Amino acid sequence: MTLSLAKRLLRSLAVFVVVTFVTFSLMYGNGPGIAHAVLGLNATPEAVQAEVVKLGLDRPLVVQYWDWLTGVFRGDLGSSFYTSESVAGALSNRVPVTLALVFLTLLLTAVLSVILGVTAAVRGGWVDRVLQFISVLGTAVPAFIVAIALVFAFAIHWRAFPATGYVSPNVSASGWLASLTLPVLALLIGAVAGAAAQFRTAVLDQLGRDYVRTLRARGIPEREVIFRNVLRNSAPPGLTVLSLTVFGLLGGAVFIEQVFALPGMGQMANMAAQISDVPLVMGTVLVAVVIVLIVNFVGDLAITLLNPKART
Amino acid sequence: MTAGPERTALEDELALAKEPPRRSVTRLLLRHPLGAPCLALLVIVVLVAVLAPWLAPWGPQETDLAATNAPPLTPGHLLGGDGAGLDILSRLIWGSRQTVVAVLIVVVVSVAVGVTSGLVAGFYRGRLDAGAGFVSDVIMSLPGIVLLIALYALTGPNIPVAMAVFGVIVAPTYYRLVRAIVLGVRNELYVDAARVVGLSDLRIVGRHVLWAVRAPVIIQTSFVMAAGIGIEAGISFLGLGDPASASWGTVLQNSFNGIYNNPWGVVWPALAVSLSILALILLGNALSDVLQSSARSKVLPPRRRRQVLASAAAQREMEPVADSIPVGSSDDVILSVRGLRIAYPDPNGGVNEVVHGVDLDVRRGEIHGLVGESGSGKSQIAFSTLGILPREALILGGSILLDGEDLLADEAKMRAARGRRIAYIPQEPMSNLDPSFTIGSQLTRGLRATRPMPKKDATKLLVDLLVRVGITDPERVLRLYPHEISGGMAQRVLICGAVASDPDVIIADEPTTALDVTVQAEVLELLRELDHERGLAMILVTHNLGVVADICDVVSVMKDGNIVERADVDSLFAAPSQAYTQQLLASSRTVELMEV
Amino acid sequence: MTTPVGQNGARPVKAPILQVQDLVVTFTGRRGASTTVIQGVSFDLAAGETLSLVGESGSGKTTIGRAILGLAPVTGGTITFRGNAISNVARKERRTLAKDIQVVFQDPYSSLNPSMTVESILVEPLAAAGVTQGRARVRELLGAVGLPANAGSRYPREFSGGQRQRIAIARALALRPSVIVCDEPTSALDVTTQATVLNLFKELQEATGVAYLFISHDLGVVNEISDRIAVLYRGEIVEIGEAHQVATAPRHAYTRRLQTAAPVADPAKQRIRRNQRLALAAVDSASP
Repeated sequence: MTLSLAKRLLRSLAVFVVVTFVTFSLMYGNGPGIAHAVLGLNATPEAVQAEVVKLGLDRPLVVQYWDWLTGVFRGDLGSSFYTSESVAGALSNRVPVTLALVFLTLLLTAVLSVILGVTAAVRGGWVDRVLQFISVLGTAVPAFIVAIALVFAFAIHWRAFPATGYVSPNVSASGWLASLTLPVLALLIGAVAGAAAQFRTAVLDQLGRDYVRTLRARGIPEREVIFRNVLRNSAPPGLTVLSLTVFGLLGGAVFIEQVFALPGMGQMANMAAQISDVPLVMGTVLVAVVIVLIVNFVGDLAITLLNPKART
Repeated sequence: MTAGPERTALEDELALAKEPPRRSVTRLLLRHPLGAPCLALLVIVVLVAVLAPWLAPWGPQETDLAATNAPPLTPGHLLGGDGAGLDILSRLIWGSRQTVVAVLIVVVVSVAVGVTSGLVAGFYRGRLDAGAGFVSDVIMSLPGIVLLIALYALTGPNIPVAMAVFGVIVAPTYYRLVRAIVLGVRNELYVDAARVVGLSDLRIVGRHVLWAVRAPVIIQTSFVMAAGIGIEAGISFLGLGDPASASWGTVLQNSFNGIYNNPWGVVWPALAVSLSILALILLGNALSDVLQSSARSKVLPPRRRRQVLASAAAQREMEPVADSIPVGSSDDVILSVRGLRIAYPDPNGGVNEVVHGVDLDVRRGEIHGLVGESGSGKSQIAFSTLGILPREALILGGSILLDGEDLLADEAKMRAARGRRIAYIPQEPMSNLDPSFTIGSQLTRGLRATRPMPKKDATKLLVDLLVRVGITDPERVLRLYPHEISGGMAQRVLICGAVASDPDVIIADEPTTALDVTVQAEVLELLRELDHERGLAMILVTHNLGVVADICDVVSVMKDGNIVERADVDSLFAAPSQAYTQQLLASSRTVELMEV
Repeated sequence: MTTPVGQNGARPVKAPILQVQDLVVTFTGRRGASTTVIQGVSFDLAAGETLSLVGESGSGKTTIGRAILGLAPVTGGTITFRGNAISNVARKERRTLAKDIQVVFQDPYSSLNPSMTVESILVEPLAAAGVTQGRARVRELLGAVGLPANAGSRYPREFSGGQRQRIAIARALALRPSVIVCDEPTSALDVTTQATVLNLFKELQEATGVAYLFISHDLGVVNEISDRIAVLYRGEIVEIGEAHQVATAPRHAYTRRLQTAAPVADPAKQRIRRNQRLALAAVDSASP
């Protein structure tokens, strides 16, 4: 098993290199374009060329990438083309905000979707129908529109929550939670809608299997059959659903930060992209890719550990 | 050519079979409650996009200062105006063009990339598959939105390119879907048959594989289109869209920026986006229902269920009580079935009765064979004595008496008896064991659920019993997982599990059908011994008359939900009274080996 | 490799149309672990005769059939059809050489594509071989298996298991084959249907002179239909000979075990057989 673990790790590293190289080339590919954006519309061709050299954009792409990659392992992600603020520094302020948003939502999603999915699958009837209805609605309305609706309702109409802005947990724990409530809710609705439906399908699939019928026939109480055997066998597809949810949440977080003016890495990337401040954008891509790969790896590992056939 | 009874029945079957007129998919879709409205909405969006120049009252960039932050229903501006004086309705109409184009690009790119790669990878496997898998992983690890933002840094506001890139990002979903289906189809026997017949690979892919793939791909496309609308609106909302052209997302962005001045401005673009996505998702679900009518039978809604059961009860009141025919005295009868009627919902909303009032008696120490062909209802009776019929089954009437107590009338008694007094031996050993738990864990839990005892005692009992059923190293087997033992061993484990709680009755549902004939003989021997040792009553469901002759004492023959003949085993085989029984015997004997 | 019992006394009368010599089939698993499923099997099949391969699960009988059909790889040995080698040749060449080896599979539910009408299923082999006038031939084939002509426009799901097997048989007959590999064609059918389908097999053989390689786990079924029987155990033939002799008076211990294990539908006779089986088992366990 350690062999397959090592192989998987290697593969993740390979994916990491390919993904970062592709995005790096995409962004750093147009050197003159970047320089032009940095200097402004009135820049002369000579000034542009000088800027290109100053920013090191005239070197071959592979060299630039290698520099960047080695820098990453040293902890140096370069600095902004505009403010010469270090990328790593900027990220260290912003990543925790996004992570807090994503993982708070993930936790709540996991709990809620398991409860809803199992109930709908086991009870059937009206609970099931309500879940399916909510699920369609939840997946249909994009998270940012839900966010706007929440701002509309709670911030403007009812003035219950702060509409925008973020309170650091160091300043005030309750303020922090309050500032994250609406954003988490906006992401949660769509995430639970999708995850609960998929979990329901996984549980229904197990419930239809022969071994469940035999366990019941053995006299084992229904509660034990569901919460011990069925849940255990639904765990692998459930974990897959959760990893997919993380990817969706990472993407959705970008929009949510925009709507609620949260100082997360998505918002930073968005602003930086609009002014071609490429190192900041690349730094965000790095963090996002690393999160995705880690989640994938951990998810796969967990599923393998859960599978008795893989352990021999 | 032998005519025989089968041919005539066949011709009648085919003649009488009411074949519903072959409806095209479109018509079925339109009949679906969700199909027509969703299609209509989407057609309207497309029409609006095409006819925009004629429909929109104002140009996309045409400002009217009087309309700045105008509320809805202002004259000349039906949905109001935004902070710059642009008419919201017109911008939404013009914006539909971008939406339609964006969706088209996403779909074309993702289908072209994803479906072809999935077909190739699934069909040819090997290096192509490994390579495509790696690329798919790379694409799926690309942080989608972040990538599109990064793209903006390179290209500037260019929605078509962004949508094409999004199409590539979405392609792995098609790749995985198609590849999984192709892998499944490749193993189907009809593909093997096509190979044997001499079809080239291309023809096999074209005829058999593509056909299996088309429905899931179409359904997936609906969801991909929904995602495309969402992404296009989102990107524009973030400010990465083209400020010059109108788009639903840009309208939303403008309205959101001015939300304190004109809160209604956000409602219209939000509705446009949400309703379109909703229509596509519902369409996807409708297509799924129409194209892939699920084999899973639908449970009747509770009200209908009560209706059916009530009318069945009323019917029972009116009919004369049929006499049950006991075979011999009824003193040592431990399990009695009387007048059992079971039905299932049929696709038209009615019910279809599969067991028509069956009577059965089982005595202690007696092995009662329940013989019939597939569809005769024998397994249904077996499941109903244990209360493990599927959720959609309806018991229309009858009683199951264990030592005189009706289990059907009292759910609690049925639950108490299940596993404890009536035990079950299933047909297919491997699929009846939970693959994620050890044999020991499953056996111990089953035992302690019906006979509470300390774990150590339970393990000791099971070890002894495993030896009795013929497993030589029981301690080792208890630690194994189901996939690590053979079919024959698994069946012995299941027999052990059934017998461990010391039941009075065993229901064995074709316990040897899935086993090799030499193993079958051993398992039957085991069942016979256990039965005699413990004085068990046993219902043995089977379609094999040889098995019946081997271990049964009494036989009931079933056909189409009725018991047509009942006799002790020697009389049945020597002088069967019913034509059906004679036919069964005759067919069995043609394929038997007689001794030399 | 042991010489199977009866090999010397079981030469078919006519010249063989299909010859299998020292066939070895090895499958490589995912981590390089390989299992040899067929360990050197040889037999001949003459035109118009029925040779049955009998064995339990793991005997390799289905794999032999698939190797002959080109659906399983041949690791060693040769398969010769009408004097031409058909093992380890290119797909295209095989297609021309072996057009008249056809197949009927065990599972009537997955051997017919559910989305094709019966007519298109039957036309498919004809079209692949470039035969025109497909429609007329389809009617002919349906008639040969006892199905009415209007069955052509229907889908497989509208038929019972036995009827679907007839369709599969009709498809096998389409190209006028000289050999049909029958892979447990009646195992999934009810006992009454089984009898009628076996009858159909026999009639078709009389009418067309086709040879059958009949694969089954049931010694009684193959006794009914075969001229010769080969008994397989763990990838080797342990006994081969004239059908009646192998089935009722087997010489190899394994065949005898197979024979005594299958129960007969007569309580008195079954009691005798059971005693025979127990006696055999006692002898087996006593011997080293």
